[in-house]
Amino acid sequence: MTMQKIYLAIPLLPMFAAIIVGLFGKQLPRATAHVVTILGVGSSFVLSAIVLNDAMTAPAYNATVYTWLKSGTLTFEVGFLVDRLSAMMMVVVTFVSLMVHIYTIGYMHEDKGYARFFSYISLFTFAMLMLVMSNNFMQLFFGWEAVGLVSYLLIGFWYTRPTAIYANLKAFLVNRVGDLGLLLGIAMVLYYFGSLDYATVFKLAPDFAAHTVYIFPHVPWSLMTVTCILLFIGAMGKSAQVPLHVWLPDSMEGPTPISALIHAATMVTAGIFMVARMSPLFELSNTALSFVMIIGSITALFMGFLGIIQNDIKRVVAYSTLSQLGYMTVALGASAYSVAIFHLMTHAFFKALLFLGAGSVIMGMHHDQDIRNMGNLKKYMPVTWITSLIGSLALIGTPFFAGFYSKDSIIEAAAASNITGSSFAYFAVLVGVFVTAFYSFRLYFLVFHGKEKWREAKGDSHHHESHKVDTHDENNHSSTDAERAHDSHDTSHEDSSHEEHHGLSPNDDPHEPGWVVKLPLILLAIPSVLIGYLAIKPMLFGDFFKDIIFVNHEAHPAIEDLTHHFNTVLHTPAGMALHGFMTLPFVLAASGVLVAWFFYMKRPDIPAAIQHRFSLINKVLENKYGFDSFNEKVFARGALFIGNKLWQIGDVQLIDGAFVNGTARLIGKLSGVIRKLQSGLIYHYAFAMIIGVFLFLTFFMKT
Amino acid sequence: MDNIQYDMITALPEIIVLSMAMFILILDLFLTDKTRFFIYVLAQFTLFAAAYFTLTTHTPSVGYSFSDMFVDDALSDVLKLMMYLSTSLILVYTRNYIKLRGMFRGEFYALVLFALLGMMIMASGQSMLTIYMGLELLSLCVYSLVAFDRDNVKATEAAMKYFVLGALASGLLLYGMSMIYGATGTLNISQIAAALIDPTLIQSTGSHPVLILGVVFIVSGLAFKLGAVPFQMWVPDVYEGSPTAITLFIGSVTKLSAFAMVIRLLAQGLQPLALDWQGMLLIMAVCSMVIGNITAIAQTNLKRMLAYSTISHIGFLLFGLMSASLNGYASAMFYIASYVIMSLASFGIVLLLSRKDFEADKLDDLKGLNQRNPWIAFLMLIVMFSMAGVPPTLGFYAKFTVLQAAVQAGFIWFVVFAVLMAAIGAFYYLRVVKLMYFDEPVDHTPIQPSADMKIVLSINALALLALGLMPQSLMTLCAYAITHSLQYPK
Repeated sequence: MTMQKIYLAIPLLPMFAAIIVGLFGKQLPRATAHVVTILGVGSSFVLSAIVLNDAMTAPAYNATVYTWLKSGTLTFEVGFLVDRLSAMMMVVVTFVSLMVHIYTIGYMHEDKGYARFFSYISLFTFAMLMLVMSNNFMQLFFGWEAVGLVSYLLIGFWYTRPTAIYANLKAFLVNRVGDLGLLLGIAMVLYYFGSLDYATVFKLAPDFAAHTVYIFPHVPWSLMTVTCILLFIGAMGKSAQVPLHVWLPDSMEGPTPISALIHAATMVTAGIFMVARMSPLFELSNTALSFVMIIGSITALFMGFLGIIQNDIKRVVAYSTLSQLGYMTVALGASAYSVAIFHLMTHAFFKALLFLGAGSVIMGMHHDQDIRNMGNLKKYMPVTWITSLIGSLALIGTPFFAGFYSKDSIIEAAAASNITGSSFAYFAVLVGVFVTAFYSFRLYFLVFHGKEKWREAKGDSHHHESHKVDTHDENNHSSTDAERAHDSHDTSHEDSSHEEHHGLSPNDDPHEPGWVVKLPLILLAIPSVLIGYLAIKPMLFGDFFKDIIFVNHEAHPAIEDLTHHFNTVLHTPAGMALHGFMTLPFVLAASGVLVAWFFYMKRPDIPAAIQHRFSLINKVLENKYGFDSFNEKVFARGALFIGNKLWQIGDVQLIDGAFVNGTARLIGKLSGVIRKLQSGLIYHYAFAMIIGVFLFLTFFMKT
Repeated sequence: MDNIQYDMITALPEIIVLSMAMFILILDLFLTDKTRFFIYVLAQFTLFAAAYFTLTTHTPSVGYSFSDMFVDDALSDVLKLMMYLSTSLILVYTRNYIKLRGMFRGEFYALVLFALLGMMIMASGQSMLTIYMGLELLSLCVYSLVAFDRDNVKATEAAMKYFVLGALASGLLLYGMSMIYGATGTLNISQIAAALIDPTLIQSTGSHPVLILGVVFIVSGLAFKLGAVPFQMWVPDVYEGSPTAITLFIGSVTKLSAFAMVIRLLAQGLQPLALDWQGMLLIMAVCSMVIGNITAIAQTNLKRMLAYSTISHIGFLLFGLMSASLNGYASAMFYIASYVIMSLASFGIVLLLSRKDFEADKLDDLKGLNQRNPWIAFLMLIVMFSMAGVPPTLGFYAKFTVLQAAVQAGFIWFVVFAVLMAAIGAFYYLRVVKLMYFDEPVDHTPIQPSADMKIVLSINALALLALGLMPQSLMTLCAYAITHSLQYPK
């Protein structure tokens, strides 16, 4: 098998699996769904590993596989660019996807949409692979939209739930905004560079560095700045950066395995990947980089705060994902693209682990997601406990764990960067370390330690996933709403295919799910510990991204400084970890853990008191800075208002009234008039002919 | 004498049609009503034989004969083949109809064959005189055919109108020809073209105004034959007044001969004056589309509606011709061929629905056709979609190629206008569909078409779909005919 065939096989195998299971899933035995898709994704993973191994030594492969259409000088092609960056992404995507496939066997085993779910996640794998393997903007956009589509389908997987439909609609709409930016960015590229091929565009880009465009008359804009910012708006949508982040917390309406796969490990990092891929473009505009950095630091810091007050286990992890995506974006802004990709990779492992751990807890708790009802689960779910602890330690950046290497590098990069906004970014990522440690261990302590709170019965069936009714995320009201809704619908639960709305009853013990759930947790825990230690040297300071990621070291010295520091002071990953114990981030992380422990284990009355004392801040946080209500009031109502007006005036009066019915009436009248001209009298006819000849003569003889 | 022999072979199909027409006329005297079916067979055989010889003597090269007054080129051969085929279909479709109305006589077939001969001569005319002779032969036959049912007052009135106005148009045409002859000193089409290119002509004689005068009259004469506004007044009255069998003839195959005449006179002879006649065609095209489409909406008579639809189709045809390029002519030829196929099918269905003493020519007669006979309703649906230009029917491609040619010639805004007009036109075609599928039938008489008619009609209508899906074959044929016959650079 030649390499090209392997490249083709990697995305196509999951696609075929998705098609088979999607079309014939209902006819085939239930087990076929996971057997076929796991075979497809598993083979993809093995082949990706082979490709990565090959890419370590071989030069980048860049070729067109299929020409879709030619229009003038423009060609739309399907092509692969397989270098170390995409090979690494392929391995991460297929590995996490494989883990999630296996995990899903356990998580979804009672669900009616079993085959549909497997078909979707396999399809997602195909789309994501097409995105990362692309060698041109057209295919990037295809992959981009395709992962968006599958994400939409999966958020609304339980399509009978109004909240799920609300959430997937929201994700869809918000992503439209981002995708418009991306599309405009691609249009700018096509317009000015005349090509959609990465290599061609990157080669031409430096010539356009000083090029200006006029969007408004007399105001020159740097072409590269405009293009990069537009492309980055696309990334903001997909990678959920402020203010386009609002869809990600709601996306938790989807089944937990896809929260791990799509909304933590892979799809949401597509924006980060894209910017890293476009490094030759972004390097040409300091303005764009500043923009990227500021957006990233706002996301990193402020989304972290929100994690503190969430009580839904998945939402805590979701806000932590937002915050971590902000970290990656800060790294991009600092021109430390390799660091961003590095964090993307480590984060993919430990965040998938945390999500799957949360899923395991949810299963154990009989689909109760409220962390206030949990506690002391370490006794009942040891594997979940240990792996979640590993994930949390990796997330907060404990030295030697994967997250430490990537996160610490981001902080260093922010410190070393000198573009506008870097000092704020440094502050944001530093404070973020404390916040991350605090909410992560708040979650950890509340879930795995302390009292077994589900036994303090509030009544039998009164534990729900708050998201059942929690449409507008007003957590305070939602629980009472949920109870009320539940009381009145007690008997109607059978119509839903999930009997997940019942929490654990006080006398039950939670049980750890079977091996299909535990195995992925363990397999993900291993890279969450080791991958940073193993990969940091080649990826950040070695030749891994040579000729793939382009950095203008003179203008943006961050990564150069990091390398210098590593080579002169730290020398080895172990040295870096040891040194890490003495740095400010470690102190912050450790204090975050301690405070969390003190607040939630030792003195649970303190958080309540703080909440009471600083009710204003609490309120702001509970409203998530008002993004949702702002969107709803301004955009949704505004759009409705404009739509209504346009409908009343434009559609009803102008189009229907004047144009459609008006023209119909006019033509009808005209028709009647002309009909009368047809008198049936022969001399009228002859006269018309003579008039015609006469008119022709006068008209054409003159000229 | 070799030369003469060659001449005869060039005109072999014409000779066959002529002899057979006369033979039928004589033979008819010896036949009774029972054996008259033989005439029909003979007429069909004549068409077949003519087609056979047209095909076997066909070469891509151009052959002249009868002192260069007659030409045998790709264009004439392709057009003649189309004429045979459509005439053959007409004979199939009309047999029952004329039998029921006492018109099943030898004269009918003889007149049809003579008219065909006239059209063939028009297609092969290389001198203005030949073309005019062919035209008159055709016209006289058609006038008589319209009045064939001589006790029918409406038909006689239509024939009278047609005859008087036709005579006027012939006069205009002849007058124009004489002007051109006066300015160039020749009747031969290619020599006219050569003379017009010669720069000394206009300088020495100062005859440009005369030429324009000639062009105006010729164009007017042609426009009458095509039925373009403002020379269209006869079309609705004649279409409605004639027996449907004759309407079918006028509405379909004669348009091929009119097209041939336009190509011979304008594209071949007067091409150097294209800048002058383009403007006239443009005005007529626009007016035809407006009048045709808008007036069709107000019609209640199906034949009359189809008459106005013809006018609008002619508008589209003129769009193709107006481009005055090989591409434009080829697209116009494609359009006229498509139009003929559609027209045959639509009038064919009207004929099929008619009975003794019942013409089925009211729009209301189509009501609920789907309940009465779903297959025929479906065929009519295809025809109407094709006429409206709905993809993937042939009518769509016909409009598409014509408009494409017009865009290439730079008439973009007129193309936009044409598309708008086509959208208006879609209304009355789709109304037919609505009547057939969504209304209750008023008439419940069973429809019993003869087997051959039903099969041929089905093939005819389905061809609109098949050719719409694969338009390339017909397109290639038209391009072949045009490029091998008109010899001047694009």
